[in-house]
Amino acid sequence: MKCRRCKAPAIIDIPRHNAAFCADCFTHQCREQVKRAIHEHRMIAPGEKVLVAVSGGKDSLALWDLLTEIDIPADGLYLGLGIGEYSDHSGEYTRAFAAERGLRLHEVDLLRDHGYDVPGAAEATRRAPCGACGLSKRHLFNQVALDEGYDVVATGHNLDDEAAVLLGNVLRWETAYLGRQFPVLPAGPGFARKVKPLVRLSEREMAAYCVIRGIDYQVEECPMADGNRHLGFKELLNQLETKSPGTKAAFISGFWSRGHDAFIAEADEERATLAPCTECGAPTTTGDRCAFCSLRSRAQSATTEQPVTLRTRS
Amino acid sequence: MRVVLRNPRREIDVPGPMTVANLLARLEIVPESVLVINGDTLVTHDARLADDAQVEIRPVISGGAT
Ligand code: SF4
Ligand SMILES: [Zn+2]
Ligand SMILES: [Zn+2]
Repeated sequence: MKCRRCKAPAIIDIPRHNAAFCADCFTHQCREQVKRAIHEHRMIAPGEKVLVAVSGGKDSLALWDLLTEIDIPADGLYLGLGIGEYSDHSGEYTRAFAAERGLRLHEVDLLRDHGYDVPGAAEATRRAPCGACGLSKRHLFNQVALDEGYDVVATGHNLDDEAAVLLGNVLRWETAYLGRQFPVLPAGPGFARKVKPLVRLSEREMAAYCVIRGIDYQVEECPMADGNRHLGFKELLNQLETKSPGTKAAFISGFWSRGHDAFIAEADEERATLAPCTECGAPTTTGDRCAFCSLRSRAQSATTEQPVTLRTRS
Repeated sequence: MRVVLRNPRREIDVPGPMTVANLLARLEIVPESVLVINGDTLVTHDARLADDAQVEIRPVISGGAT
């Protein structure tokens, strides 16, 4: 195959664009897709302070690299989840990336700073760890952004993440979630703006980007992801994509342009009922402590009682 | 050719030469879910892999909540 742009030998084919690219043209194409997403959804205005949520995985490191490449300066925030060696290595990849490029990295460690870790939180909630893990991430990314004066939190959610979440939300008709599923969530009282600049790029493209750019990332899968239902949705969607390239992009972009509006009212209603958490001040619908504060207090006791199986840093 | 698979990491031998697309079909791997790396370069689906190639099939799907 030849590169669509310069006719040199291609190293990656993108069936949904019916195109293949050489390394240089592929990185160019990724930058253009990110610029386009940022522009189309007005994600980041010139001069705004941007915080990238980095995990050490391919998507968030690629995002940080891409933003830097297109002259949008951004600092990083790494959250230590306490998931054994997986977290240790993820932290190392992230720190090495930041150090090599002279980028500023904030770190929050769940155990050191909040007295619990993800295995402890999973134990306390008796649910799949991803729920407690996702809640902690959302809360703390937002909190650090507000405390440190960032305008925008950028996350590495890609096309596949969004399509899998959409499928999950549609299968259960989670109308409030559907109302909030968009490439940009505006700022509000107690909320920084949230943006997803990688929504036009697939997971496979992000992995390829890292390989081409020589970005070392955590290739291993999180040991707690087993049974994560989004993984199953991604596999299903990729089977459809292989048979019919472009399915994922059509699913998600059609939702944004023709479906999302129908669910906004519900999400707005929920936002209107928010009041500050009695413990941390973050907006919550509970009228009492927010979900994060109540998770933290339950998880703290489970974390200290739990045998140190997955924990290495205690 | 020697093929490295990940998560969990394992190595298998597959007789070559063969195209990337055929290799994936033979291993029943969905192309959209992986990158194929021959030596240290990415290769397209129509690329030919020699019998003495060292190939990595790297999954690109990661889990996680939003
Ligand atoms: S797979 Fe689940 S537990 Fe692991 S990092 Fe992602 S959200 Fe957290
Ligand atoms: Zn080219
Ligand atoms: Zn709170």
